[in-house]
Amino acid sequence: MIIELGHFALILALCLTLAQAFFGLIGAATRRPHWFAVTQRAVAGQFVMTACAFASLAYAFYVNDFSVLYVAQNSNSQLPTFYRFAAVWGAHEGSLLLWLLVLSIWTVAVTAFSRNQPDIMISRVLGVLGVVSVGFALFILLTSSPFERLWPAAADGRDLNPVLQDPALAIHPPILYTGYVGFSVAFAFAVAAMLEGKLDSVWARWVRPWATMAWLFLTVGIALGSWWAYYELGWGGWWFWDSVENASFMPWLIGTALIHSLAVTEKRGLFKSWTLLLAITAFSLSLLGTFLVRSGIIESVHAFASDPSRGLFILVFMGTCVGVALGLYAWRAPLFRSNVGFAVISRESFLLMNNVLLVAATFLILFGTLYPVFLDAMKLNKLSVGAPWFTVAFLIPMLPMVFMMVPGMHADWKRATFSRTKTTLLAVTAVAVLAALLLSFVAYGWHSILAFVGFVAAFAVALSALVDPVNRLRKGHSLSASVVGMSIAHFGLAIFVLGVTTVESYHIESDLSLRPGQTAQLAGYDFKMVSVRDVVGPNYDAVESEVVISRNGKQVTVLHPQKRTYRVQTSPLTEAGIDAGWGRDLFVAMGEPLGDGAWSLRLQYKPLIRCIWLGALVIALGGLVSVTDRRYRQRVTADTGAVSPAAAETL
Amino acid sequence: MWRYLIPIGLFAALVTFFYVGIDRDKQTLPSPLIGKPAPQFQLPSVDDPTKLVSNSDFAGKPYLLNVWATWCVECRHEHKTLLEIARRGEVPIVGLDWRDDRAQAQQWLQQLGNPYTATAFDDEGRVAIDWGVYGAPETFLIGADGKVLFKHISAMTPEVWERDFLPLLGRTGARTE
Repeated sequence: MIIELGHFALILALCLTLAQAFFGLIGAATRRPHWFAVTQRAVAGQFVMTACAFASLAYAFYVNDFSVLYVAQNSNSQLPTFYRFAAVWGAHEGSLLLWLLVLSIWTVAVTAFSRNQPDIMISRVLGVLGVVSVGFALFILLTSSPFERLWPAAADGRDLNPVLQDPALAIHPPILYTGYVGFSVAFAFAVAAMLEGKLDSVWARWVRPWATMAWLFLTVGIALGSWWAYYELGWGGWWFWDSVENASFMPWLIGTALIHSLAVTEKRGLFKSWTLLLAITAFSLSLLGTFLVRSGIIESVHAFASDPSRGLFILVFMGTCVGVALGLYAWRAPLFRSNVGFAVISRESFLLMNNVLLVAATFLILFGTLYPVFLDAMKLNKLSVGAPWFTVAFLIPMLPMVFMMVPGMHADWKRATFSRTKTTLLAVTAVAVLAALLLSFVAYGWHSILAFVGFVAAFAVALSALVDPVNRLRKGHSLSASVVGMSIAHFGLAIFVLGVTTVESYHIESDLSLRPGQTAQLAGYDFKMVSVRDVVGPNYDAVESEVVISRNGKQVTVLHPQKRTYRVQTSPLTEAGIDAGWGRDLFVAMGEPLGDGAWSLRLQYKPLIRCIWLGALVIALGGLVSVTDRRYRQRVTADTGAVSPAAAETL
Repeated sequence: MWRYLIPIGLFAALVTFFYVGIDRDKQTLPSPLIGKPAPQFQLPSVDDPTKLVSNSDFAGKPYLLNVWATWCVECRHEHKTLLEIARRGEVPIVGLDWRDDRAQAQQWLQQLGNPYTATAFDDEGRVAIDWGVYGAPETFLIGADGKVLFKHISAMTPEVWERDFLPLLGRTGARTE
C-alpha cells in the first residue's frame, strides 16, 4: 500500500513539475508576475511529493518488503539497516529517484536563496528546472519505475551488490548526484539569460555561487569514489580511467572551466557567450554521464543492467534539452559580444588559456571514452583505450595549465607587466626548484624528469597560492572570502599534484605467495604473515589473515586483510588491510589460496597517497569558503525590464 | 555568424552517432559464437556434485542451453515457458546454473518444476565466460552439427520461441526426430 502511495506521489510530482515548467516559462515570457507565485507553490509541492515517493521506497527497504521487485533485487533480510537504506540508490531505478529528489532540493534552494533577484529571471530559471524535472520524472515513470510489485513475493531478496556494501560508497552517489544535478541550476540560469537576451556581470554574480556549489560537491563525490576504489577494489589504484569515472570527471573539468570563466564575466564583462556555452556543456556532460552509464552503449561490467529503451529515452531527452539550449545559443550569443579588450599578457588571457586547456582535456577524455564505441559503429574492430593513453593525453594539456597558474595568479586584469611581479615569480620558482631537488635527490631518490617537473609544479603552485593573501595581510588590506577561497583551492591542487607525482613515481608493489610464519620485505618493511583463519560477518563469510608489519625489528602495525564471500550473491570480494599514514600507506590484499595454507598476497607501499584525497578535499573547501563571500548576499537592485518584487506583491 | 552554430552542429553529430550506437546495442546483437562450434564444457550437476554434465552428451541433436540462477528475477518469469517447451518435448534443454547457491537451486527446481534434461552448476562462472554470457537469462540454440544457431538475451517467451527458435529448429529437421 505504502509503495502504491509512493508511486502516486511521483505521478503528482510529475504533474506539479509540468505546472512549474509552464507557469515559470510562459509567465515570464508574457510578463505575468502573479504567475510567479504559482510557480513557487508548484516547486514546493513537487519537492514534497518527490520526497514522499523517495520515503515510501526507503520504507519498503526498511521493512524488507520483498513483494516490491526493486527491493527484492537489491536487498536482503540479513543486510544491515544502514545498507538497506543505502540500497535505495543501489541500482538504476532508485538512483534515478535520488537524481530527481536532489534536483527538487536544488530547485527549492533556488527559490529560497534568490529573493533578492528579479522575479522574471527566477521564474525563467524555475521554468527551465521544471522542464528538466519533467524529463526525469517521465523517465522514471515510463521506463524505470522502482514501484513495480513482484507477485508472488520473493521469500528473501537477492541482496545489495557486495561491492556497494561500504560506508564510502553508500554516501558517494548522493554527493556525486548533488554535484551532477547542481549544474542544472547554472544551465537554467544560462537558458534564462538567453531567453531574456541580457547577460551582465550581475547575472554572473548570481550564477557563481550555484556553479561553485555544484562543482565542490562533484569534487568531493569524485574524491570519495576514488578513495573507495583504492581500498575496496583490492588493486590499490586510485584512478582507472574507467568509462564511469570519466563520465563524472568530464563535467568536473568543464565545471572548473566554468567557474573561472564566470569570474572573468563578473569582473570584466568578458567571455559572456563562452560562459554560456560552458554552462550548457557542464550540464550536457552530466546528462551524457547518465546516458553512458545507463544505456549500455559502452562495454562495462554493468552491461546487463542496461536497457536500450532507457538509453533511447535519455538520448531523446538530452537531444531536446541540449539541442534547444544550443539552438538558443546560436540565435542569442551574437548579442553578448563585448567590445572590451585585454592585453596578450593579462589575467584574462591566462584564464582563457586555463579554459582552453581544460576543454581540450575534456575533449581528449571524451574521445578516449567514445573511441571504442565509434570504432564499433563504423564496424571496425572492437578496441579499448586503456589507462596509459588517458594518462598521456591528460598530462599534455594539464601540465602546462598547472605551470601557467603560477604567473596567472599574480597577473593583473586588463594588462599585466612582469616588471611588478618579476621578483615574486623568480623567488617562487627558485624555492620550488630547490624543494623539488631536495625531494628528488635526498628524500626519495632520483626517479625521472617527469617526477621532478611534477614536484616543481606542486611547490610553485603552493607558494603562489600563498603569496597573494600574505601580501595583502602584510599591507593591512582586508581579505575577501573569494580571495581566500581561491588561494585555498589552488593550494589544494598543489597538494594533489604532489600526491599524484609521489605515488605514481615512487610506489612499490609486489605480488607474492606467503605461508603463515613466512616474511617478505618491501620498501624497508618486513611483512610477516602470522595466521589465516575463518571469520563470520553479518551477511558474509571471510578468510582473514593476520599480517604483522615491522621495520628494523620494531612493530609498525598489524593488518587484517580479508577475502569475503557474500552469502546471497556468492561473489568474492577483497577487503584490503591498510595502514594509513601522512607519509605513506602500507597496503595488503589477499589474492587466491595456493594450497598448503599458502596465499597469494599483494603488498604495496604508497608514499603520500593521502595527499591525493586531501588535496581534493582542500580544493572543495576553497570552493566552500568562496561561496560565503559577502557580495553574493548583497541585495541587487532589479534591472530595467524586470519586474520588481514589490510590484509582484501588489498584484 | 556561422561560428555560433558550431556547438549545435557538433552536438547533432554526437547524438546521431549515439543513436546508431544504441541501435546496434539491441538484444538481437549477434553473439560472435553464432555459426561457430559451441564451446565444450564439463561441470558438476546441480542435483549431485559427484555427477558430471557435459554438452558433448547432447551432440548430434539440437539442444537449448539456458543460463539461469535463483537470484535472477527474469528467470522466474521465463520458467513457465521453459516448462512448456520441455513438456512438448520439442528439444532437450540443458540448464547452466550460473554463480548460484546449490541448495537454493535444488529447491527452486523442486518448487517450480524442472524443465532441464540436465543442469550444470557453474559456480565460478568460467563456462559462462566461454559462452560470452552477459547476464541471466540467456538462451542458446545449438544445432545437430554442434554449431551455435541462435542466442536470445532476456526472458524466453512463447512469442520469442515461435518467432526466433522454431523456424531454425524446423530447418535443421529437429522436430521430426
